[in-house]
Amino acid sequence: MKRERPIINTSNNTAMYHKYTAKKKVVISLLFLLIVIASLFAINAGSASLNLLQVIQAILGDGTDVSDIVIWQIRLPRVLAAIIAGAGLSVAGCVMQNNLRNPLASPSTLGVSNAAAFGANVAIIVFGAGSIHSAGADAVMINNPYLVTASAFIWAMAGTGIILLLARFRSFSPEAMVLAGVALSSLFSAGTILIQYFAQDVQVAAAVFWTFGDLGRATWNEVFILAGIVGFSFIYFMFRRWEYNALDSGEETAKSLGVHVENIRMGGMFIASLITAVSVSFLGIIGFIGLVGPQIMRRIIGEDHRYLIPASALAGSVLLLVSDTLARTMVAPVVLPVGAITSFFGAPLFLYLLARGYQKK
Amino acid sequence: MILSVEGLAFNYPSRSVIKDIKFSISKGDFLAILGVNGAGKSTLLKCINRILKPHTGTVFIKGEEAFKLGRRELAKRIGYVAQRNESIRSTVFDAVLLGRKPYIQWEASREDLEIAQDALKSLGLTEYALRYLNELSGGEQQKVVIARALAQKPELLLLDEPTSSLDLKNQFEVAKIIKKVVKEQQIAAVVTMHDLNLAIRFADKFLLLKDGKIFAAGGIEVMTPENIESVYSVPVKIDKIEDVPVVIPV
Repeated sequence: MKRERPIINTSNNTAMYHKYTAKKKVVISLLFLLIVIASLFAINAGSASLNLLQVIQAILGDGTDVSDIVIWQIRLPRVLAAIIAGAGLSVAGCVMQNNLRNPLASPSTLGVSNAAAFGANVAIIVFGAGSIHSAGADAVMINNPYLVTASAFIWAMAGTGIILLLARFRSFSPEAMVLAGVALSSLFSAGTILIQYFAQDVQVAAAVFWTFGDLGRATWNEVFILAGIVGFSFIYFMFRRWEYNALDSGEETAKSLGVHVENIRMGGMFIASLITAVSVSFLGIIGFIGLVGPQIMRRIIGEDHRYLIPASALAGSVLLLVSDTLARTMVAPVVLPVGAITSFFGAPLFLYLLARGYQKK
Repeated sequence: MILSVEGLAFNYPSRSVIKDIKFSISKGDFLAILGVNGAGKSTLLKCINRILKPHTGTVFIKGEEAFKLGRRELAKRIGYVAQRNESIRSTVFDAVLLGRKPYIQWEASREDLEIAQDALKSLGLTEYALRYLNELSGGEQQKVVIARALAQKPELLLLDEPTSSLDLKNQFEVAKIIKKVVKEQQIAAVVTMHDLNLAIRFADKFLLLKDGKIFAAGGIEVMTPENIESVYSVPVKIDKIEDVPVVIPV
């Protein structure tokens, strides 16, 4: 007779827990829906006026020649690049914040963005891969985009490599890694300034325009490469979600729960930096998403990485997609740099969430 | 024999922290490790489950050499509660479920959920399941981390000063729970403590550390005024109040 009680109690509690996790799944589904809606809107928006029916027809391979070209060659790669890069940067920030145990960590905490910008400057100015042919934003030409991308990527990974090697062999604490990232960032900025100081105006302009994040640079090639790397990274991070949860409870506790703390941290930071390096090399610097995407979701969905990782990825997609659509439409036909828009709208949204605090359960 | 430690030593580059540590405990033992701050108590605990890598010595868990087991396997045998715990924003249930980490492959099974549930129950936390950890009091948080360690289904519990930051009521509650769990589940606990009276009241084995070495080890008989004075450099008297031995500094 007496044994009945705990059994009822247990099932009640497990049911309550299932209800609690179900709410998180609803949030993730809503984010997914939001991306679909935002994508349709983004594909629809632009100077070539197409209506929603034409857009859908073109996507289904049933459109006119013009709509096919506009949708398939211009807008679709751009929208997919926003979704994929946004997801990648945000999920990279999420893992960085966990691995470095620092809420301020972002995908470029280890200096990846500055290193990539330095690499791009080297390619554009030293190897003459860029020039300018008339005034205005569209006038800047990168003569050899592959050289610029390759150079940016190589320098970004070299910077990360230096920090990870130092961390490995001198057993750096997370704090030391953040500081090393700051040091390396300023080293690469200084390098960039020195190169630009001795360059011609035209080259400097090309280099500066390169650093503004621009999703218009993405063609199907870039989209496929980004998708491959972000997809692989996402799966890797999901496999590690319990380890990241354990790390949140402290390094010693994580070790006592069977986590190889150093290996998990090395792996997480390497992959997060890889995503960032690829994204910056292809699209330029897109700040803030990697910081604010996961931070917004921490407040809405909680710290459990089982839900936080997918939610961060989706939130990053939404943020970047909406920002890019705004950048294209606000003062059309001028396309504003998306990096500025992400911060411009992301920062107030984030401040609002901070001010609201943790009131909601 | 659940735990047997042989010749354990750990040094920092400039100084040795513990040396020549040798002891063993069996099922149902509650071992209190006593000594002044810096005597090496926490270091000893961390060396047992390899959070720190000892320079020499071996640890056997139920006859198996602990250092030859992988971290995950070790985590199935030893539950550890650190001296300081992060007060994170996670539900109590999730915090305890984390104790199943060594067993979980991809997702927590129904069994994992049930074990977490049982661990919560054994610490009287059932009603706290969906509360947030960072909204609980210090005593409640301490119980949650002990529940997490129990959810690991360990043979051995290592607890680093689990009672030091608690009030009298919670000190007693936590100490009682540890004793009860150890007897009921027939596991062993190694607990570092500062409160000699609490130790005498609840522990059944004692290990006095002085300057990183074992000064005395054994049952209640080692808790003599002479030993305590040598370890803590404070003269004490041991009296009995209603049959409970009480250490009083004089």
